[in-house]
Formats: sequence, structure tokens, C-alpha cells
Amino acid sequence: MNNFTYARAVDTADAVRQGAAVDAKYLGGGTNLVDLMRETLERPSALVDVTGLSSAITEQVDGSLLIGAAAKNTAAAEHIAVRTRYPVLARAILAGASGQIRNMATVGGNLLQRTRCPYFYDQDGSRCNKRSPGQGCDAIEGFNRIHAILGAPSACVATHPSDMCVALAALGAMVHIAGPDGQRTIDFADLHVLPGEHPELETTLRPGELITAVELPAVPFARQSAYRKVRDRASYAFALISVAAAIDIDNGVVRDMRLALGGVAHKPWRALKLEAALKGQPATPENFLAAAELELADAKPLTHNAFKIELARRTIVAVLAELTGEIA
Amino acid sequence: MSIKDAAQAVMKKAVQAAPDAWMPGSELDPLIRQKHGLIGTPVSRLDGPQKVSGAAQFAAEFPMDNMAYAALKYSTIAKGRIKELDTATAEAAPGVDLVMTYRNALRMKPAPPFMSSAKAAGGDDLPIMQDEEIHWNGQPIALVLAETQEQADYATSLIRVTYETEPAVTVFEDAKANAEVGIFQGQPLHVETGDAEASLKSAPHNIDVVYTTPRHSHNPIELHAVTVGWEGDNLRVHDASQGVAHTAWSLAQVFDLAEEQIHVTSPYVGGGFGSKTLWQHHILAAAASKLAGRPVRLMLSREGVYRIVGGRTRTEQRVAIGAQADGGFDALIQTGTVAMGRHNNMPEPFILPAMAAYNSGSFLLRVEAARMDMLSNTFMRAPGEAVGTFALECGVDELAENLGMDPIELRSRNEPEKDPTSGAPFSSRHIVEAYRTGAKRFGWAERRAKPGTHRDGEWLIGMGCATATYPYYRMPGGAARITLTKDGRATVEIAAHEMGMGTSTTHTMVTADRLGLGMECVTVKYGDSHFPGVVLAGGSQQTASIGASVSAAHRELVTELLKVAGKDSPLPGLDADEVIGLDGHLCQSDKPGRRESYVSLMARSGRDEITVEANAPPPLEATHWSMHSHGAMFCEVRVNAVTGETRVSRFLGSFDCGRILNPKTAASQFRGGIIMGLGLALMEETQFDERSGRVMNPSLADYHVPVHLDVPKIDIIWTDIPDPHAPMGAHGIGEIGITGVGAAVANAVYNATGKRVRDLPITLDKTM
Repeated sequence: MNNFTYARAVDTADAVRQGAAVDAKYLGGGTNLVDLMRETLERPSALVDVTGLSSAITEQVDGSLLIGAAAKNTAAAEHIAVRTRYPVLARAILAGASGQIRNMATVGGNLLQRTRCPYFYDQDGSRCNKRSPGQGCDAIEGFNRIHAILGAPSACVATHPSDMCVALAALGAMVHIAGPDGQRTIDFADLHVLPGEHPELETTLRPGELITAVELPAVPFARQSAYRKVRDRASYAFALISVAAAIDIDNGVVRDMRLALGGVAHKPWRALKLEAALKGQPATPENFLAAAELELADAKPLTHNAFKIELARRTIVAVLAELTGEIA
Repeated sequence: MSIKDAAQAVMKKAVQAAPDAWMPGSELDPLIRQKHGLIGTPVSRLDGPQKVSGAAQFAAEFPMDNMAYAALKYSTIAKGRIKELDTATAEAAPGVDLVMTYRNALRMKPAPPFMSSAKAAGGDDLPIMQDEEIHWNGQPIALVLAETQEQADYATSLIRVTYETEPAVTVFEDAKANAEVGIFQGQPLHVETGDAEASLKSAPHNIDVVYTTPRHSHNPIELHAVTVGWEGDNLRVHDASQGVAHTAWSLAQVFDLAEEQIHVTSPYVGGGFGSKTLWQHHILAAAASKLAGRPVRLMLSREGVYRIVGGRTRTEQRVAIGAQADGGFDALIQTGTVAMGRHNNMPEPFILPAMAAYNSGSFLLRVEAARMDMLSNTFMRAPGEAVGTFALECGVDELAENLGMDPIELRSRNEPEKDPTSGAPFSSRHIVEAYRTGAKRFGWAERRAKPGTHRDGEWLIGMGCATATYPYYRMPGGAARITLTKDGRATVEIAAHEMGMGTSTTHTMVTADRLGLGMECVTVKYGDSHFPGVVLAGGSQQTASIGASVSAAHRELVTELLKVAGKDSPLPGLDADEVIGLDGHLCQSDKPGRRESYVSLMARSGRDEITVEANAPPPLEATHWSMHSHGAMFCEVRVNAVTGETRVSRFLGSFDCGRILNPKTAASQFRGGIIMGLGLALMEETQFDERSGRVMNPSLADYHVPVHLDVPKIDIIWTDIPDPHAPMGAHGIGEIGITGVGAAVANAVYNATGKRVRDLPITLDKTM
């Protein structure tokens, strides 16, 4: 870990002012950033502690729910409005990490987790385009069991590790941002980016910008929502595949639905093709399967992760069947 | 054959031909007859309060004046030479006292590698930071010493190095071409009786399949660490060790010192499992301490453990069994190849279980080792047996399926009456009983013989079983000292180890029973290389070694006390075999009323204390009897039909390991072994990138071991039948718990799904 300065921000304006320093980083729970600093993968000049900023979870008059970025993961998962109106989010949060980590980790920080690709972490011994742009990628021909199958990756096959973000993608959340040029709000879907030729870029945040809140729109049918995470042990492992879904059935027909996948791409993967294919169609296992196959039609396996395509297909169908009361 | 080998062969024959009565273990340990002592009662760990309150000091917690902290930089190529090494920036970093590389390190000899002599403890025999040569990906190339750990860690990131690479063998398939038969404990790992290949072909039923197991890395919760300081030419080492005497002697060879000049202590060890022996960090820390002129603490990072502490190597095992329709084996074949480092000799001996498990008309058992440019592999809980039982016991299950026979029935039909490959009588073998009681308690009768027929929603349910087995070992070199003081208290000193298994507690119980004292009157001191004995906490042999050593010392003590007792005592003219200890007294064994208290005997002696020391007899019992521990493992799994996820829902271990000394710590040892076995079965795998020879998952986030949710209730039962030829009638039980678990899980997965997974770990992609 390099030497750095540390200061607590008293409010958002103070945070943004301090965050304008060269190589400054905002510090939430530190559950990822501090690890990366220990590995010297991150070498910030200054840490601006934003855990004292808003952690309020507020139901707004338009029916949306505003979650302050400093809210702890545990607090978000436990909140009554989250549990009743957005169970998919509560379950996604609780599927991640461990109790100790969730007690430290913040909602804002969770959005900015970096990949768990072992070649990214192995600074001394492995090539990585995300860590050192243009260097090459040792994961493409290496251990890539946990790597991406969607998003046409070429320079980087890393996946986004968050569970919470998969639920936020499904729910169509909004992200509130403050920065040197003022405040703005973006669709959650526009926060993370696919790797393209620049996997070192992971979000559309501009230099010095700070996530201040996550807003969940009113999605009434999200009361019937689910998150299923498939992994290599029962707890404390990143998703091989995860599915966040909510579905609104009227008379056996899909009126509306949301579905997102985790563990498949450089960003939380909103399954828009699947959603479009199912809307207005009978909620049958056959239709679920056909829509899953449509969504996964472009999936490209690497040497060790071909199973994830079939696993994603099966998990999508099982989650939708569960939500619609069918037996898979 | 060399003269030495020839002489040893003659000795071996002579020992085998000697009467049983000349052997240690020919007479029952008197403690076996004693029924009302502490042995067999559940006793909590004496060091529990210290551990839970944080008062117990581990190797990296001993303070030394003016101590500096060390961190290591590791190579990133598997073979070649350092071309450029720039340490200037690191040397200039805040707090840095010293950067040690091959350029400025002391001249040191390589460590004597394990099994090269009685007290050798080194993981390999490579030069340590002596030249530019790189021998594996992860080799330490620099050590940074700084005022704080953080400063040392950071400065290592500032070291710049380039290499000239040389061709390395890092692909197992390539290495296999040059595999040679492995030599283990001086013997080739090759057993052949009859023509097994021909018998296999002609047998009416047979299976012939290949199993593979991956590399495993050691992950004791306590990281490998030393705190070292020189006092003149004497080296003080606070270590986390399972071999203090071995480590002291081996360090003495490295630094060209007398053994006594190295003082290694290790009062607590946070898990060893075969890994807490001598690795480069000991030597580098001592060398840096010498160079810097100050004490040094070197605690490896978790990554460091993966890079420089060897683990279990990968295996590829063919199992072929030919059988008659009644199940009787005509041929038992277990052959294959293991990966091995170039500079060590640990050919994972996976055939050991098959050497004594079953009768067969013929045997072909053989391990070949393929040398690779990799970190030296080493012992890891039940080396050989953990992975050998996976292949063998899955093979037996496959044959049972082929025969349409219950797998327990098939095993009992091949139950040997004597050791099937050595011909020696078994000292104690009650595995059929262990299966019978285990099957009853587990509800084996409820198992559906046809796979894939038991379903609960998405979950397929299945049961499997497998044999667990591990040899009884007792290594040479056991010795102990007992001091009896005038207040009737006894202290045992022995260079043994407490790694969390309960050794110190259990041997306090045993010694108290032997002397006839309460536990509060007995202190067992251990973990100090200046104490008597060369007692490795390995091979599950420590219990027997301590038992035999204390028994020998106890006999000396009693002889001494009877001498001082004189004619006025109630015990005149008796010898050590005619008295026992009871209620603080020495008593005539057949007339316990004739007795005198230790306090009175000591008063009679006029001395404040009597100290005796004795060596355990040579461990020849295992030359006359085939001595093994046994168990029957039962597993129930639920496999998700959608995702392939396997969850172990129930587990039972039914053990036959002689007399159980302390049921409380024993149950914990068995459970711990089984949990480690669940990891072996379902998730553990060191990801060794064959392109670079580099370990890619050197952290507990990426290298999966079971978490609480992966572990079901584990039921433990045992026969508690003493082995008449073992000290205390007991066997060490540290390793048997992991054996058989991989097969029990895999067999249960097959029963649940009809899918036979022959390649560990059983991850969901193999079952979905």
C-alpha cells in the first residue's frame, strides 16, 4: 500500500471538492478498495471518506425509493420497503459476501466493485488489458471459468462481480451523481460499460464524480421478484450465474417483466431481448426457454466456461417458473 | 545394492524373523486394562481459555527488541535466470532497513530435504537466494526488511526485475513422458503379485477407469511465520512448527552450526496439516536477521503460503478390478502418475490404502512421479490416502454397481484376514463392525440402489459410502523426561507439538492415568527443540510416539522410586512391572492396598525432585503386525437437477482407531478431517496455469474451502476397541478423517444422479 492522505467529507460539496485532487478516490466501506490498495492495484494519492454522507433510505411521493450511497449493504437489505417492495434486491444483497463484509460495504461502493479476474489481480505475473491497457489478456486462454459469455468481449473477458447490481439492473434503477460540474442522474444501465477496446474504463463516471444515491423506481410487480445465485459453494463465492427477475402475469400472459443476469458480462446484464420476447406472451416454460435461448444466442464460450451458457438458460427458466408458480 | 542398503536389508529380515515377544507392543500397555481413569472421558482443551481470550502467543506474536518486519518478492517465471534486479527504489522507500537478494545474502547450504535423514525438515534441497537461478514460479527473489509490515509490503512492489527464461516443464502431459516409479520411505511404490492384467481380462466382471485429483494448497488459518533473533552465534526461533527438533537440526545444517545453537519453540500452532515444516521463510528470516543485526519477523502473506509452501500434488490414477460373480477380487490394479517437483522426493503415495484394504488374487499397484518445474509438493493431511481412497473406493463402488451388489456387502466379501500384500497379521482390524454400526445408524437400508430415483423438488438425493484408512506409524526418536517434585506433582517434557488437535490435553490425561495422579498434578511441556525427543507431528504418529516415550520414562521413574523406597516402604522388592500408579500412590498392582504416596516416597528420598529421561523403544511393532486405522464413511447428498449444485446433507464417520483417548478432542479431529474431505470432494483446487507454472488463485476468496453452510451435521461414532500392540491401545487420528470422504461424496453423487464424476473436485458443471 502506498502513502496517501485521508479525510472525511462533511457533505457532498466537501467530498466533491476534495475528490477533485489528482488520483483521489472516494472511500466507502473499503471492502474492495482497501484490498486493491493492499495489492497496490490501486494507488490513490488521497482517500475521501464518504461514509458520513447520506445513508438515508427514503420512500418518495412518486413511489420511488431513494437509497443514500453511504447506506450499508446490510441496512439496505434489512429495510422494510426493500424487503417488501423489492425482495429481489434484498435477496441479491444477502447472497453476496459475508455478514461482516455487508456490515461494512456501502451501496455506492458496491456499484464500483472491480472484477475478481485472477489475472487482473496478479499484477506481477500476468498480463491484463484492464490493469495495463494494451498489455494483452492472460485470461482468454487461461483459467476463465468465472469469465464472461456475453457482451462480445475481445480485449477483456472479466465479469462484474456484484450481486446487488444485478437486482438494480433488473429494477431499472437510477443513479444520482454529484461532480465538479454539478449533479446529474443516469440510468443504472448507463453506469457500467462493456469492455470494447478499453476495458480499463468500467463506468461512465467522469473524473471526480461521486455516486450520492441510488433510486429505485416504483415497480409494483417487483413485490413478486426473486434472485437466484449459482456458485461453487453454498456461501461466500462469486456467482457463476445469477438471475434477478420480476414478472407481472395477467391471466397467464406476461404483462410486464424484468430480468437481469450476473456473472456473464463486464456489466450487470439486463436481458432486454428476453423481456421483449416474453411481454404479451403466455407465461409457459416453453416460452421462457425460447426467450432464454434468444437472449443467449450471442453467447460466446471461452475454454472453461461453456457450461455457463446452459447454466444461464436453465437458471433463467427455473427462476421464471418459480415466480409464475410453475414447476420446472 | 550399496553396503548400507544390504546391511539394512539384513537387519530388516532379522527383525521380521524375531519372535513377536521381542517386539514393542508384544505386551499390553497396562493403561489398556485400566477402565476407570481419565482416558475415554471427554475433557475440554486445557489451552482453550488462552486461545479464546487471545492470551495464547503464536509465532508472529512474540516481541523482540528492535525487531524489523520482513516481506518477500516472488519470481514470476518457472525457470530461468534473473537478468536485471533493481532494488534501489525499494531501498529508498520509507522505513526500509534492508533489501536482501542473492547478491548480498549470506552463504548458506541448502536445507536437508524431508526423509533424506532422520531430522531433515526441508521442503526441497535447492539453494536459497544464493544465485540468479529460478526454479519455480513463486520462488522468493528478494526480502525487504522494514520498520513496519506495511512498509515492507509496499517496498516489495517497488522492486523491478527482468528474467532470461529457459524452457520449463509446466504441462503435466509433457512431464508424464519421463515419469519414473516413486520411492517412498526408501521403498519403490510398486507392488506386484500374480498377473493382475491377465486376471483382470479373464474375470467375469471388471471395471477399468481413470480418476484424477487436482493440486491442493495448504490453508492453515495461522499463516506460516517465524520471529527470529541471533544471540551471538545462537539462533532463537519462535516458530509455527510440527517438527521443532527437525527444524532446529535442519537449520543448523543450513547455517553450519551445532544443533544446540538453534533453539526452536512453538507453543501453539494454528493448524499444520503437513505444511508447518521447514520452508524458505525460516532461512531467509534468519539470514536477514544476521545481515541486519536485528531480530526479524516474517509472516507469509496468504499469497506467500501458496507461492513457497508446498501442497498436495495432482494425481492421475487408473483403478481396475476384476471380480468373480460372488464379488471376490481376482485382480486389483491401482496405477498412475503424480506430478512432483524436481528438487524434492514426495511421490504422492496413493497406493498405500490398496496395499492392505482388500483380498485379491493378484495385485498391481504402482505410482510414477513426473518431475515438473514447480514448487516442491509436500505432505498434506493423509498424503496418498486422501486421494488414493478417492480412486480406490469409487472403483469399488463402480464394481458393486456392475455386479448389482450392495457396496458394503462387496467390501465385506473381500475382507482380508491378514495383510494381503505383506502377509503380516493385523494388529487390530474391525472395519466390518464399523460398517455394520455405521450403516445402521445412518439408515443405509433406506438407500435406493437404482441411481437417480430419489427426488425432492429440484433436488436429487443419494447416499454413498467408502472405506477410510490410514496406517499406524510410530517414528524412531521418541524420548521424554519426567520430573516428579516433592509435592507429588509431575512434569513431562517432550519436543512434541500442539497444533490444535488437543495433544497437550490428551497427554496430560494419559500421563495422569499412568502415574495415578489427577490432571491438576500433571503438566505436559512440549514445542521446544531443547526438550528430549524427535517427535514429528505428522503421519498421525505423535500420539503413539509420545505414549511410548512417556511410558519408557515412566518406567524409569518408577524404578527410581522403588529404589528410594527401600525396605521400610510397603513396596519392598517389587520391580516396575509389579506396581501401578493410583490415587497419588504407587501400588502393588495385584494388591492395591499395599501402597505408598508419591509425596511420602519423595520425602523418603530426601530430594526436592527426581528427573528421569528415557527413549522410546525402536518402533518395530509395525514390522510384525500390519497396523492401520479404519473407518466407514457415509454420505447423503442433494444434487440440484437444474444447476448441478451439490450439497452434502448428512455425513457419518464410523471409526475403528483403537482406543479413543479423549472423545471430545477426538470427535473434533474426525470432524475436521471430514470437513477438509468435503472440500477435497467438492471445491478445493489450486489453479496452476500450465502456460506459466503460476498459481492463479492464491487467496481464500478464490481457492475454495468449505464454509459453514457447506458443512452439515457430522455424526461420529467409533468402535473404541484397543489395539493390543499400540501404546495405550490407541492410534493417532489426525489424518484418517479426510480419507474416504471424496469417494463417499462421489458415490453419493452417483447414487443421486447416475453421473459418475471421476475428476475432482465435483463442481456443478460436472453434474448439471
